Amino acid sequence: MIGAGIVGNSIAYHLARLGWRDLVLLDKGPLPNPGGSTGHASNFIYPVDHSREMTALTRDSVDQYAELGVLTVCGGIEVARTEERMQELARRMASAASWGVEGVSLVTPAEIKELVPYIDETVIVGGFYSEGVGVVDSLRAGTLMREAAQESGALTVSANNEVLGIDVERGRVGRIRTSRGDVETEAVVICCGVWSPRVAHMAGASIPLTPAVHQMIDIGPVPRFADAKSAIEFPIVRDMDTNMYERQDGSGLEVGSYAHRPILHDPDEIPSVEEAALSPTEFPFTQDDFTAQMEHALELMPEIVGDESVGIKYAINGLLSLTPDGMPILGETPEVKGLWSAAAVWVKEGPGVGRAVAEWMVNGESEIDVHGADVARFHECQKSVEHVKARAAEGFNKTYGIVHPGEQWESDRQVRLPPFYARERELDAVFFEAAGWERPHWYESNKPLLEEYASRVSERDAEWDARWWSPIINAEHLATRDRVAMIDLTAFCIFDVVGPGALESVQRVAVRQMDVKHGRVVYTPILTPSGGFRADLTIMRLGDGHFRVVTGGASGMADLKWFSDHLAEDGTAQIVDLTSSWCTLGLWGPRARDVLASITSDDVSHEGFPFATFRTIEVDSLRTLASRISYVGDLGWELYVPIEQGARLWDLVREAGRPHGIVPAGIGVYGTTGRLEKCYRAHGFELDGEYNVVEAGMAWGKVKEQDFVGKEAHVRHREEEPTAVLCTLTVDDHTSSNGQKRYMLGGEPILTREGAPLTDRDGRRSFVTSAGAGPSLGKHILLSYLPPEHANVGEALAVEYMGERYPVTVERADSTPLFDPDNDRVRS
Amino acid sequence: MRILVCVKRVPLTGGRMVLTDDERALETRHLGFTISPHEECGVEQAVRLVEQHGGDVTVLTLGPAEAEEQIRDSLAIGGDRGIVLATGGEEWDPQATTGAILDAIEAERASGGAHDLIIFGNESADSGNYQVGIRVARALGLPVVTGLKGLSIEDGFARCEQEVPGGRDVYRIPLPAVVSVLEGINLPRYPSVPAKLRARQKPVETSTPERPEARLEMVRLRVPPGQGKQAEVLGNGPGAAPAVVDVMRELGVA
Amino acid sequence: MVLVLVEHDGGEVDELSLQAITLARELATGEPVSALLVGAGGREAAAPLTAHGVGTAHIAEGERLTEYAPGAWATSVIELVDRLEPSAVVAAGTNRGNEVLGHVAARMDQPFAANCIQVTGEGPLEVTRMRWGGSLLEEAHLHGDPALLSVAPHAVAALAADGADAPAIEAFTPTLDDADLLVQVAEHVSTETSGVSLAEAKVVVSGGRGVGSAEGFGILEELAGLLGGAVGCSRVVTSSGWRPHTDQVGQTGTKVSPDLYIACGISGATQHIAGCKGAKKILAINSDAEAPIMASADYAVIGDLTEIVPAVTAELRKAGGP
Repeated sequence: MIGAGIVGNSIAYHLARLGWRDLVLLDKGPLPNPGGSTGHASNFIYPVDHSREMTALTRDSVDQYAELGVLTVCGGIEVARTEERMQELARRMASAASWGVEGVSLVTPAEIKELVPYIDETVIVGGFYSEGVGVVDSLRAGTLMREAAQESGALTVSANNEVLGIDVERGRVGRIRTSRGDVETEAVVICCGVWSPRVAHMAGASIPLTPAVHQMIDIGPVPRFADAKSAIEFPIVRDMDTNMYERQDGSGLEVGSYAHRPILHDPDEIPSVEEAALSPTEFPFTQDDFTAQMEHALELMPEIVGDESVGIKYAINGLLSLTPDGMPILGETPEVKGLWSAAAVWVKEGPGVGRAVAEWMVNGESEIDVHGADVARFHECQKSVEHVKARAAEGFNKTYGIVHPGEQWESDRQVRLPPFYARERELDAVFFEAAGWERPHWYESNKPLLEEYASRVSERDAEWDARWWSPIINAEHLATRDRVAMIDLTAFCIFDVVGPGALESVQRVAVRQMDVKHGRVVYTPILTPSGGFRADLTIMRLGDGHFRVVTGGASGMADLKWFSDHLAEDGTAQIVDLTSSWCTLGLWGPRARDVLASITSDDVSHEGFPFATFRTIEVDSLRTLASRISYVGDLGWELYVPIEQGARLWDLVREAGRPHGIVPAGIGVYGTTGRLEKCYRAHGFELDGEYNVVEAGMAWGKVKEQDFVGKEAHVRHREEEPTAVLCTLTVDDHTSSNGQKRYMLGGEPILTREGAPLTDRDGRRSFVTSAGAGPSLGKHILLSYLPPEHANVGEALAVEYMGERYPVTVERADSTPLFDPDNDRVRS
Repeated sequence: MRILVCVKRVPLTGGRMVLTDDERALETRHLGFTISPHEECGVEQAVRLVEQHGGDVTVLTLGPAEAEEQIRDSLAIGGDRGIVLATGGEEWDPQATTGAILDAIEAERASGGAHDLIIFGNESADSGNYQVGIRVARALGLPVVTGLKGLSIEDGFARCEQEVPGGRDVYRIPLPAVVSVLEGINLPRYPSVPAKLRARQKPVETSTPERPEARLEMVRLRVPPGQGKQAEVLGNGPGAAPAVVDVMRELGVA
Repeated sequence: MVLVLVEHDGGEVDELSLQAITLARELATGEPVSALLVGAGGREAAAPLTAHGVGTAHIAEGERLTEYAPGAWATSVIELVDRLEPSAVVAAGTNRGNEVLGHVAARMDQPFAANCIQVTGEGPLEVTRMRWGGSLLEEAHLHGDPALLSVAPHAVAALAADGADAPAIEAFTPTLDDADLLVQVAEHVSTETSGVSLAEAKVVVSGGRGVGSAEGFGILEELAGLLGGAVGCSRVVTSSGWRPHTDQVGQTGTKVSPDLYIACGISGATQHIAGCKGAKKILAINSDAEAPIMASADYAVIGDLTEIVPAVTAELRKAGGP
């Protein structure tokens, strides 16, 4: 472990606990405080986050801190200065319910005043109180964990020892070189916070984070805290609308800010311990950046901040790590085997991350699914310093921000453009970004469809529900189901597994049988060792030793690593990333065959081209790989041509589609409306490591004979009663108390009609995994895992949204689609 | 009483001196800045005197435009107004500095009247030339006492105290006068948040004096050779106590 | 020739002035070196100065010179300079030396280089002088005539020189006016010092941020008491209000030169080292084996000072005390 902050100490502890020996923990600074971000962290923990993954890591961390005796629970309040923020706090209440965090409530200014008497309650309109908020002594926690590992004899610690190089042999870590000598090793974890990119670079790997500043000052002595018997006796306040926090710190008050202009630093600029006046991650305070914050703090807590006898005793620009998407960076690096990352981790999830990474290293997976933080998730273009800085800067001021689930990034766009881009722009596509690709989410040029479908499509009343959305999506959907649509799917990740050992390689990770005829396309789950979902994707068999994997852009790079890690050991299989070689155009709808038949002389009849098969056809002069599958749930194909021929394909299809009323449709249809009507599950929503195939209702057919990752667990799951059942629900009544129709967006808790949460016997709460319109059905569709006793068609339940309950009904307790349940259209 | 305090912006150094490539300045990329310690106490002393006797405090600096930060910090602990004599950040020797300060004082006299007391730090933390205060006093024809650890005003006289072996030397000089103070004359207060915000509104004038030829002309800077010491580690933790006592005996101190 | 302002007290020349004379001799490169002693006891003090290469000692006498007055001393220097036309005037870098030459420089409109450690060349002189209390050096050209400079204390060793029996003595009474005496010591106040003075102590037990609080200094006081030494501290400690400024060791505090300086929980910022590098030996007690202070320390004990310091005290007591 390189880095003895909270993460390094925690990993050492958990690896030792899991039975590993010969562990070495290094830091170039001294112990107990090597001078990294842990040393000056504000050390408080709020348990609720909109991310289930982060909430789980935080909860685990809090438990660990409590066990170590370093947790002081003091409660915390997120205060709102605006009504818009109150709505956001209601969302946080809902997330708390979804993830099972208790002891939370919305509070009035008067109630806040009672909890925090030094607040001026007239500047706030309410708050979100969480009694479980606490502060921790993270330095002490790290020390205790490190010492425990040392005592067990598993760990050697070397402080004041700088890593100078990492030797990589045949793609694997072999040795690290330090200022005190070399260490032969097979596994290295880089957990050195802001220095991580530099150290990773020594091995030729990439950890895309950037050091950034967050300002904090300490003022005191505060008369009200004069008799403080402990470091904190009042709740911590997060002043959300100003991106600030205030907390008692002994006899002083610490005031911190994420509101200033993003101040990013180069990892190579961080001073050494001797050059720094304080510690290397405590940079000189830049006064001008804090002026507005002083005013905000003065407004909120005039009793203390306005007291002339209370002086500013300490002020720093503290360094922390920011990533382009705000998630930590964990896991084995795709570039170097045996080289792990555990970076960009905050104190609030430190020990939890330590445990997760240790489990991952020892068991091949962690108990808490951390795929959102997987270091392998980054596409090449997302690893560049400029991209990291741009996104980190943009994300920084949203630290306490109100971030809509559909919110798009503004910085560093138009990096990956599909070959259809020019056409899409001509059609006024509204582009969303995925994996760096610009993808049309809907097309403004389809506005006339709103008239055509006026009776079945409507606006959304509430601004929040309508943000990053358009009724045109629903109209595109209807046109697709009525006629035919063309959909840009170039953001797919595509890689081939080739060689004599290719079958063995894919067989061992896929649940479904892969020894199929050439020309078959198989949709298969990919499992973790414990039988949860690692991925779900399609694999085409092009030859005896030639398979093509097609998966979503979001998870594609991590999937590539998974397949790569499981290639046949004897080297008889290779993997080739062809994402930038192929583009994909989806063609679906009842008239899809008519359109395709008009531009190819190949047999595309139902008998001639069965469902779940693919072949190369000639579309005009383009040799096109056509694959007859459909995530939209209608008749049609995915058409693949080399990227340089994409524009031609588009024009051909569009021209051919004209007499059939073809419409360009966006991901609004492909990713939401189409699939939700068919109840198709999506990775990262319904499918992740926490739920198994049986619970997801996808245990179709027999279990294949051959071994595959997760087989044992999968077989067991088939034999057991599922702990939860993935159901499809629809909303009965959207009307809110003020008469507006509200539309859920995902993540909301599912409750009984009386408002009680639903919890399965593993303690997991029921919440909406995906939400969206089903325009063909005229319903709003929600997917959710329910405890078996509630997984009954017709069961009357409720969903909580923005502080209100709406009635919902279970329509399916299995994977039978809502729309076209017999799949006649797809197989027509 | 009208008090003028002269301060200098200096870097906050750590454990090591690092020079720029041209070896003519300290590398300040990673460093914060502050008011030179003696002068910080000078500002505090001025504020206390005015709190006691009424009047106002003007804080002046010769330095880069960024030195306004130090002026604002001085205003935040009680100064009333500031003057920045902005340079391009280059070196000004003591005589050049004196000249620019005298011009500013002259301008002050013309607009608001003469100062009763002008306070300097005994020497600046960085260049440590020990002379600007004396030169300014001389040019103005005012008495000057240096190295003060005590300063009070009674009946138009300044009672000035220096620390000497065995006690203190006391001077009584009539105002107007110039003094230079040492850190330790007081413990400067920390500014409150409201004071910091008010300081942003207080008036600060900036001018750009021209620099004359240097007569004490800095050519380059040099980090003195380390003493080449390798601390002999006597041990780790309390178990090293016997080894420590042995060393003490060897040195004859125990 | 080079003129040296020599400080004296009770008939004895100050050690630092002897160092200044040594540097003056180097600067003079064979030319004569004269001394100026001001005030009562000058003649007596001047007697042994030939052993340091002083040819002539000028004694400024007069009633008005009994108590130190910087203006009067400066006038004495200037009168002599006008008469003798030395190429340089050198003084020790003491409070008085710097103050007097500051006055001389101001009145003569000449540059003055304070705290030099080395001087070479001729017109303009190349001086090496101390910045940051000695943590940084400046090489500069001194464009002055006469060159005015003071010598950093303990930068130059006082060296004896071959000389005749005694220097020639020339007394004079400088013409002083009231302005010269406006600033003059009016009163001496003695302070009762209990305990050892920091500047004189043979042992200093000093604490920094690592001590943690004002109360934390208890164990340092105990050790210092046992050794008959004084307690010192770093600037962080005085800024935090844990100890008074009179305990502060450093560039802007007291410069100490004990036989043993024990630095407990002190990281070793350059401004602190500037105050304790005069110590014969430095022992650092710190949890960080690579704290900057280690580069200036002779000995180190790595670990928690709250355990180590009491252990040392206990060990001393065990053997029956010092």
